[in-house]
Amino acid sequence: MASTAQHRLAYGLLSPTLVLMILSGVIPFAIVIYFSLHDTFAGEHYIWVGTTWYEQVLGSAEFYAALLRSLGFSILALAIQLPLGIYIALKLPAQGLLSKLYIIIFAIPLLMPVIVVGYIWRFLVLPKIGLLSEFVALLGWNYDLNDPVVVWITLILMDTWHWTSLVVLLCFAGLRTLPDAYYQAAAIDGAGRWAIFRHIQLPKLRLVLLIAGLLRFMDSFIIYTEAYVLARGGPGVSTNFLSLELIQTATIQFDLGEGGAMAVIYATIVVVVAWLFFSRIIPSQSMKSQEGT
Amino acid sequence: MNQRFSIVPVFYLAFLLIPLYWLLTMSFKPMKELAGQLTLYPKSPTLDHYQVIFSDSSWYLGYLNATVYVLMNVAICLVAAIPAAYAFSRYRFFGSRSLFFGLLAFRMMSPAILLIPIVQIFSDLNLIDTYIAVALAHCFFNLPIAIWILEGFISSVPAELDELARIDGYNLATYFRKILLPEIAPGIAVTAFFCFLFSWTEVILSNALTTIDVKPIGAIMSRVSSVFTANVPILSAAGVLTLIPGILIVILVRRHLTRGFSMGRVD
Repeated sequence: MASTAQHRLAYGLLSPTLVLMILSGVIPFAIVIYFSLHDTFAGEHYIWVGTTWYEQVLGSAEFYAALLRSLGFSILALAIQLPLGIYIALKLPAQGLLSKLYIIIFAIPLLMPVIVVGYIWRFLVLPKIGLLSEFVALLGWNYDLNDPVVVWITLILMDTWHWTSLVVLLCFAGLRTLPDAYYQAAAIDGAGRWAIFRHIQLPKLRLVLLIAGLLRFMDSFIIYTEAYVLARGGPGVSTNFLSLELIQTATIQFDLGEGGAMAVIYATIVVVVAWLFFSRIIPSQSMKSQEGT
Repeated sequence: MNQRFSIVPVFYLAFLLIPLYWLLTMSFKPMKELAGQLTLYPKSPTLDHYQVIFSDSSWYLGYLNATVYVLMNVAICLVAAIPAAYAFSRYRFFGSRSLFFGLLAFRMMSPAILLIPIVQIFSDLNLIDTYIAVALAHCFFNLPIAIWILEGFISSVPAELDELARIDGYNLATYFRKILLPEIAPGIAVTAFFCFLFSWTEVILSNALTTIDVKPIGAIMSRVSSVFTANVPILSAAGVLTLIPGILIVILVRRHLTRGFSMGRVD
């Protein structure tokens, strides 16, 4: 077991982090929980209402609809971007000028403010003058932004454009750590391409894929700005994701109690999913090797 | 690893570049051409839209403002995360595992969840419309990711090095400066890359925490968008300009990126 001196040192090293996290995360979240258990008039007097807001949120069909849309969007994003990212990473040249050039250009969409990403895709589908909408029209289809399916496809395309590079870069780096000897041994054994991928490359990618999957899940589940710029939640409510619903309730209707309850439920879902990912990552990390000490 | 030339990355490159090309052409098209009909490249290119941005301080200061708080956030995150990641990597202390997960859980909260209380807290602290408010607020999602990445790198540095340094009479600060930091340089680069990325691209909090003096470019763009169609070319030009800091940062850390993205697990 670690000694008391070690405990003190560890917490000393952690103290700047703890102070910053308490200020920017813990206190704000505690306030959200407080909101969710109270009713307020003009944000001045707070009256304890117990679980009333939670019952209201959990009893509303709109909440479940928004939740399903958010989950559906995340699942689609992951199902497309993870395999696509792995595939592209496998096809990248390992080194040389071309490899460097690819990496720089691939990183560009990642570093764009989300609002700009939203605008780019909005401009691509402007009626009459958008490149994508006109191209689709040329093929004889009608690009109709009043059709929920079209808006969903556009959003998924946009998210794939924006984020697949993250998966590519993580996987590319993961593959680079494989020693050539592995491939030589596989060649001697006469292993085919699929066998090499399945038994040598994929296991090596486990950690980076979990990281990519977790980051992609978190960010697609909380998508707000791009979706708002592109479609404002519409047509109808077809792209009204959980974050849009939340911001609508909390800041536009200024319904602190209901917004708070929604936020707490939202956070709970996200933490549960994250725990599922996390419990698979940690055993492979250093914390395991120290378990016995 | 694959050494033969493959067409797959070329297709992906085209998929990435076409929307960027479109943004670029829109930013050079005069309003009349843009509103008329679809043209694949600007027939009579103009710099008018860029001129609007560069001649109006409420526009161009937006880039400066965003850059300042993002760099502050990157610096704060690195300074706090390096010792924290070291503690998580080297010591097994009471609550270390739950604390590590607890930190990560905050990374998953949408800024939308914490928006109202964060604005309240920073207005109580009299920090609304200051760089430091945004830089501190962005810590709740950037600090956990920074610690997570750095922990991987520090764990790949053998603990025997700590021992040797102690025998040589190094204290912890000297050890960090002379041995640990150079060892984990790719990790620091990739951490800075991620903190920059998430802070630079975030709009909800940075918009709510600023009013006049330090409004970032993203918030300025969303304000202008209310009179949408008239501003397509200006928004395009503004969008093109937001690419520059990102490209600079990629070129700056590129040397470390591929090793860095392997998250320290080189074995």
